Amino acid sequence: MREMTIGQFYSTDSLIHRLDPRVKIVITFVYVISLLFLRDIALYGVAFLTLLAYIKLSNVPIRFVVKGTKALVWFIVFTVILQMFTVQGAETVFEWGVIRITNTGVYSAVCLFLRLVLMVAGSSMMTYTTTPNALTDGLEKLLKWMNKLKLPVHEIAMIMSIALRFIPVLTEELDRIMKAQMARGMDFKEGSIFERLKKLMPIIVPLFVSAIRRSNDLAMAMDARCYHGGEGRTKMKPLKYRNADYMAYVLLVLYIALLIVMKKALI
Amino acid sequence: MSFIDIRNLVFEYFRRDEEGNVDEMVEALSDISLDVEQGEFVAILGRNGSGKSTLAKQINALLTPSEGQVIVDGMDTEDEELRLNIRRTAGMVFQNPDNQIVGSIVEEDVAFGPENLGFSTEKIWNQVDGALDATDMDEYRSSPPGRLSGGQKQRVAIAGVLAMEPKCIIFDESTSMLDPGSRLLMLDTAAKLNRDKKITIIWITHHMDEVYAADKVFVMKEGHIEVQGTPGQIFANEQLLTECGLSMPQLLQYKRFLTGQGIISDTEAAVIDSDEQLINLLCNKYGLNGTGSDLNLDHSRDGRMSYGEKSILNSQDNIEEEGSAGYGENQNLADGILLNDVTYIYNKGYANERAALKNITLHIGKGDFVAIIGHTGSGKSTLIQHLNGLLVPDDGSVYYDGRDITDKDYPIKELRQRVGLVFQYPEYQLFAETVEQDVCFGPINMDIPKVEASRRAYKAIEAVGLPDTVYDASPLTLSGGQKRRVAIAGVLAMEPEFLVLDEPTAGLDPEAAGKLLDMLKSLQETHGITIVVVSHNMSEVAEYAERVVVMDKGEIRMDDSTWKVFRNKGLMDELGVDAPLGINMLHALKNAGVNVDITKHTNMDIFGELCKLL
Repeated sequence: MREMTIGQFYSTDSLIHRLDPRVKIVITFVYVISLLFLRDIALYGVAFLTLLAYIKLSNVPIRFVVKGTKALVWFIVFTVILQMFTVQGAETVFEWGVIRITNTGVYSAVCLFLRLVLMVAGSSMMTYTTTPNALTDGLEKLLKWMNKLKLPVHEIAMIMSIALRFIPVLTEELDRIMKAQMARGMDFKEGSIFERLKKLMPIIVPLFVSAIRRSNDLAMAMDARCYHGGEGRTKMKPLKYRNADYMAYVLLVLYIALLIVMKKALI
Repeated sequence: MSFIDIRNLVFEYFRRDEEGNVDEMVEALSDISLDVEQGEFVAILGRNGSGKSTLAKQINALLTPSEGQVIVDGMDTEDEELRLNIRRTAGMVFQNPDNQIVGSIVEEDVAFGPENLGFSTEKIWNQVDGALDATDMDEYRSSPPGRLSGGQKQRVAIAGVLAMEPKCIIFDESTSMLDPGSRLLMLDTAAKLNRDKKITIIWITHHMDEVYAADKVFVMKEGHIEVQGTPGQIFANEQLLTECGLSMPQLLQYKRFLTGQGIISDTEAAVIDSDEQLINLLCNKYGLNGTGSDLNLDHSRDGRMSYGEKSILNSQDNIEEEGSAGYGENQNLADGILLNDVTYIYNKGYANERAALKNITLHIGKGDFVAIIGHTGSGKSTLIQHLNGLLVPDDGSVYYDGRDITDKDYPIKELRQRVGLVFQYPEYQLFAETVEQDVCFGPINMDIPKVEASRRAYKAIEAVGLPDTVYDASPLTLSGGQKRRVAIAGVLAMEPEFLVLDEPTAGLDPEAAGKLLDMLKSLQETHGITIVVVSHNMSEVAEYAERVVVMDKGEIRMDDSTWKVFRNKGLMDELGVDAPLGINMLHALKNAGVNVDITKHTNMDIFGELCKLL
């Protein structure tokens, strides 16, 4: 029922799945940053088509990606509407009392909508095509230099991968708890906002208790399997760049170059 | 020196109050000494809270002694330098399948241990391959754990330990959350590792039937070892077992009863060590028309042959097939819950859509004690969620007292009040600060005034057999069995007509499980509440249920009186479950021409029937 796809790994084989996780992290990072600089719908078109091609290559069904992005739809809609009301331009499109929507407002809202959707879809592609462990390895290796700043890079990466691993377990648990409380007559649909917030207690408390219990168990299980931090740890799948990975970097540079050229041309 | 050598082990910890001050000192383990030799299969038994898991963690050096000494393969667990080596030598498989998998796909999880040990990449691959092979999990190596069943996850956990090249594996109640099929498979896997790889096995459980094959059994009680010996020696001591909250295996219960009554002699009983032998002995001794050999002929009902020696029961089925159309066809369908041709589909519209229920028609009238049995994934949990409208059928309808609950204006809240549903491990849903508040939650949701809600809460807490001292206690401070009772009280306080429970005894030790079921039975008998239980435990089903619904792949395979369902040997075999010994015995005796009442299914009634042999 409430299947969360965002942040999950989609198990299949593809060119993208086989790429080195470091490449995928860099691609995602650069892609998301590039979206921040786009001001023109045409450029969003390029970004959109690029993402579409990337999804196609990854063998992840489009529907799966859409479903994952939908999970954040309320957040996106809320932000976009806020943008529409706050950005003010010359030409008024709609006016009602204090609310005034202008053409600039609409345009920037559309851009923001595209930006947020592409950001969410683009960054979730990273988790769909990379196992959390590979992601951890990639991140750990990319951020190794931060070790010198006394930042616990390995630990942070491990925490992240465990968080991703437990998302499905905890969503299932949430579903079960909600159903159990519904069986005791709880109705989420009635009452004022304040009353509804209060109704979260019977859900949140058991969920937290369960999360704590599980983390306790997991820590014990990790200890029992000789986990002792990153020191002296070896890898089953050590990271190594291959030709396809270099190719991917080249394509990434080309994508950025295309955006820059188009941006110049549009001005 | 023995492989595992524990001398006068004491383990204490401080329980602290909310401000962090020491409240009391708890002695979790007191003066434990034990030896385990390399290559042995050792079992540790005891009720929940007897210190079994604490002891296991001592062997794995997750905990260290307050006093005394624990030595594993010559290494003292106090020595911090040796700790990793000890953990790798004596690996551990824990109870909860979900909470011990670190990796996001199977092979990466199995590699976790070897990676921590700093093996070379090539060696890691070899170890992972070998471990997956030994646990038959090779075909799932790239699956995410979410797609695996509980039993498969536990085998991944074994593989994860195996990949570290252990000399010993400790199974800390690793089967308590599994269904009987997966449980047997786990036990087989452990036995195979013990036999083929000479790995020492320490098997911790409260299920007596799992320890038959052990070389040595230790029984724990209140933090110390009450007794040790061979399984035979341990099982012979009935009083001890009762004191330690354990139950005697069925075969021994029957042997004891039969010799006690003089139905079979002590010398006859001494040579019997399987259910079949006992049944054959009784038939040969008291049967009129059958003597041994031809009883082994197999004419099972559905025409399939050769279930082997085991199925002597279907032979010469000379009992009239009275009313095989199903249970209670004369009941008033407008009374109680009626599912009419219900189909439910998961992930409708997606590539992975799957019919969880297919054309289910089921009527549950008032006053019954009904059991629903079937494999994990057969649709039992989906079925019971239809009974109170938590799930709505994709096709077909559900009626309560003759009214269609899918009607828009049906008061669904009222249905939830009338049909109380208790999920698996309901204690995980407790949330309030006090037991009373938690139990009141349901009634208050039903808009019942506070005073009345409290009154109902008190009644419910009393009905589940908890002392009144728990009213103001925090649910978190109670024991596992007590928490579960509080959760059930929370549903009872709504004063339902039906009480539906999904595996109410899962994870409880035999003593707590028995008490809980007795409590349910008395709710049925004294309060007239209809009880519907999903269960994997056939002796529980036989003892308490009057009617059994058998689910298989989303369909109802059989729905009939308890004795008739257990008589259907073909179906039982297909489901991979054994009917309880007593029922098999009655049916075999009947076939052998003895005049016994085969409609009996509880142990007490069967004992009564067996007395007729004299």
